[in-house]
Amino acid sequence: MPKDGGIGASTLRREDIRFLTGKGRYTADISLRGQAHACFLRSEVAHGRIRSIDTSAAEEMPGVLAVLTGEDFTEVGGNPTGWLVQSRNGATMKEPKRPVLAHGKVRHVGDAYAMVVAETYEQAKDACEAIEADIEELPAIVDMAQAVADSSNRVHDEIEDNVVFDWGWIEENRAAVDAAFETAPHVTTLELVNNRLSPNAMEPRASIGDFDSGTGDYKLYTTSQNPHLTRLLISAFVMGIPENKLTVIAPDVGGGFGSKIYHYGEEAAVLAASKRLNRPVKWVCDRSEAFLSDAHGRDHVTKIQLATDREGNFLALRTETLANMGAYLSNFATCTPTFLHGTLMAGPYRTPLVYVNVKAVLTNTVPVDAYRGAGRPEATYSLERVIDKAADELGIDPWEIRRRNFIDPGAFPYTTPVGLVYDTGNYHATMDKLRELSDVAGFEARAEESRQRGKLRGFGLSTWIEACGIAPSNLVGVLGCRVGLYDAATIRVNATGNISVLVGAHSHGQGHETVFAQLIAEKLGVDANSVEIVHGDTSKIPFGMGTYGSRSLAVCGSAMMKAADKIIDKGKKIAAHMLEAAEGDIEFTDGSFSVAGTDRQKSFAEIAFSAYVPHNYPLETLEPGLEETAFYDPANFTYPAGAYGCEVEVDPETGGVDIVRFTCADDFGNVINPMIVQGQVHGGVAQGIGQALLEGVVYNEDGQLLTGSYMDYAMPRADDVPSFTVDHSCVTPCTHNPLGAKGCGEAGAIGTPPAVVNAVVDALRRAGHDHITHIDMPLTPSRVWTAMQG
Amino acid sequence: MKVTMTVNGRPMSAETEGRTLLSSFLREGLGLTGTHVGCDTTQCGACTVHVDGEPVKSCTVLAQDVAGKSVTTIEGMANKDGSLSVIQQAFQDHHGLQCGFCTPGMVMISAALLNEKPNPTEEEVRHYLKGNICRCTGYHNIVKAVMAAAGADSRKLAAE
Ligand code: FES
Ligand code: FES
Repeated sequence: MPKDGGIGASTLRREDIRFLTGKGRYTADISLRGQAHACFLRSEVAHGRIRSIDTSAAEEMPGVLAVLTGEDFTEVGGNPTGWLVQSRNGATMKEPKRPVLAHGKVRHVGDAYAMVVAETYEQAKDACEAIEADIEELPAIVDMAQAVADSSNRVHDEIEDNVVFDWGWIEENRAAVDAAFETAPHVTTLELVNNRLSPNAMEPRASIGDFDSGTGDYKLYTTSQNPHLTRLLISAFVMGIPENKLTVIAPDVGGGFGSKIYHYGEEAAVLAASKRLNRPVKWVCDRSEAFLSDAHGRDHVTKIQLATDREGNFLALRTETLANMGAYLSNFATCTPTFLHGTLMAGPYRTPLVYVNVKAVLTNTVPVDAYRGAGRPEATYSLERVIDKAADELGIDPWEIRRRNFIDPGAFPYTTPVGLVYDTGNYHATMDKLRELSDVAGFEARAEESRQRGKLRGFGLSTWIEACGIAPSNLVGVLGCRVGLYDAATIRVNATGNISVLVGAHSHGQGHETVFAQLIAEKLGVDANSVEIVHGDTSKIPFGMGTYGSRSLAVCGSAMMKAADKIIDKGKKIAAHMLEAAEGDIEFTDGSFSVAGTDRQKSFAEIAFSAYVPHNYPLETLEPGLEETAFYDPANFTYPAGAYGCEVEVDPETGGVDIVRFTCADDFGNVINPMIVQGQVHGGVAQGIGQALLEGVVYNEDGQLLTGSYMDYAMPRADDVPSFTVDHSCVTPCTHNPLGAKGCGEAGAIGTPPAVVNAVVDALRRAGHDHITHIDMPLTPSRVWTAMQG
Repeated sequence: MKVTMTVNGRPMSAETEGRTLLSSFLREGLGLTGTHVGCDTTQCGACTVHVDGEPVKSCTVLAQDVAGKSVTTIEGMANKDGSLSVIQQAFQDHHGLQCGFCTPGMVMISAALLNEKPNPTEEEVRHYLKGNICRCTGYHNIVKAVMAAAGADSRKLAAE
């Protein structure tokens, strides 16, 4: 019997009611009294030196209140990178400056260099066109190999070879890895591109700055996955506003996928403009601007080599990657291709020797940062593609080569050669589950049926692992991270017994209001309807790090459990006093405190009331009130894993690829709300299919963005994807957090692209196109058709 | 200029400029922020409303061209007693929304589909919804919700 509440129940989402009736409250929906409107003027050239900006005509335009340029921000700081990576030679990476508005140079098409504030948005937009900027165009640096090779042309004048760092992981292992390649019986080599993507949360970014001259307080309403992080960056690095004078509020957030983790210059600019004008200043991004200014994702060029023996046992693996940073370092840009990518190159396999080299390259393109999966899709794609190629070269079945190399289920905790300790897992189990669900036995018959319709059918497999909930803070600190990676929760039991839970995580589609209430309801034995989740407002919530990297349940959920334990402990003390029993004799079950072995008990509500109306209360030894906060810093990452199977039909006439079956078998550890977990997988898979078949950001050699709208950037639509079969019945609970939860948000985006590409390559090779060993994503009809022509 | 139209059954008016789009008229003029704007090239469908019963992307029409007509937005979709309508309820029951941003448009386009074709196939649903982008759900549960609202047995879609 499925449960109808608490942990493990597919409780329907409470937030849906407002979203389904048009009562969601997203940043752009907020209008403050007296608000003015901002529009940003963005560079039309990829690279140029700003000679002068004449704003006088714009200032005279109707309704214009202020025009700001980079000059107005020379006294404040800049947007920092959150992670200082060390190069192979021990040198700390180079960190170029990132001003609020471009100053001195513009460095990508879309780089904002002026801002107009006017009574209406249309007036601000019109006035932007009246700004006269004299910008000397410089040659654009677009191609990474060229950026590295030609040090005369630089994105940032002070970074001579456009390389931010040259990272080796683990550098001490390099010689041993190279030696293994010298003697290996077989080496498979693959060069591939992990295509640049635009995250495209459907809600465009928006920010409202609101300065109160009476108190000197600032408020920022903004589209953020992590309001406290945004506040910290603005306070400590960018504007110097004291943290206690700045409130950051992220109301309902319409998707993020990473792109709303970061602090963007527009947020600082609306705050500055609001102070100058003494009025609220609102900015809403339009989609064209979003393509030019939201952080992009992926964009790796990789050479990967796998050394094996003749039986397909992995002996060693090495990769060389150029990772595109774009024109500035977005907040987590440097961590994504390194500690979220290199550390994953062992995958679920026993490969004894692994070495990863990554060069981070600046180009005149939009900054690149973490996008759903963040480094882990790049690692998984390289690995799962080279394994399929090796299997093919060695004549071994793709299922079998993986099985032969999986970490044994009895070998956990397992230390990889790239610095991680997997606490638990069972990769055989998820792959077996996938095999069962994907009807491997029936494949030949389906392929024959396809053949009769003139279509080529193929099957692609990928087995993936992820490291979620990046931690612990002291370790990431050693590795260069500038922030902590814990989360926090406060449980406030109110006098009437209902509960407010204030959390650092921030839902942007994940359903936290429902799921977190399920958790607390089960833990405290109360009705979920009496639990309210509060998030997204730094003036209310404790300092938590927000939602990204599939961390909310494993990290913030664990903080909630810790806080709930403290509530129970204090409740026991109060109950002991009220029941005139020893504290050690008090038991807490199903929401009531009782004296063990008796029927004497106090309900949760009675204890709460007594805590706030402490008439019969141990005041000498216990403070009144029932409110507890806990910070939880994980001891390790969590390691969800799974196996994905994709079946495609390729149309040999057009090169068109149709996904006809897609099956996922995942191990997410313990699951709180299966309905929501399945939804997360569906969304991730669709984004993975998008990357594999449809999406790709394209720049021309002048650095002009050719995919700047939904006319040119192909988003997956309802008829591009099938219905999916998803299963999460294989469970190896995480061993080091109180929930046993691992995280599920990014899985689909990680496991899917290699499954799709493996399927297409399989379909083509089965049809006799033996020369095809790889096609770069996105596998558009023209790329597939061209490959088929040899 | 002042533009008047019937919105969710009530006559409503607001001052507009000639270039004001129906989407901004609803959002800024009338404060009906349930209609969302997700793009500037009429490609995402987040802004879908009904004009005289037909689905329309409200970012593609000028408010003045809708003067005198009858517009239904997401705010007008619930039952009279405030409870969710069949299609809204199906979206909740089948987890057809995550961040909720595409949701108003998805509900409006789905309602239009079911008006036109009360018993669509999965393929017809996917085809009809292709003008509306959702980045969160992978469409699986949206399709399921629409089929369920049409009375279809949604278990016939892929197993879970
Ligand atoms: S906002 Fe109207 S179609 Fe995108
Ligand atoms: S629910 Fe987020 S875009 Fe559809």
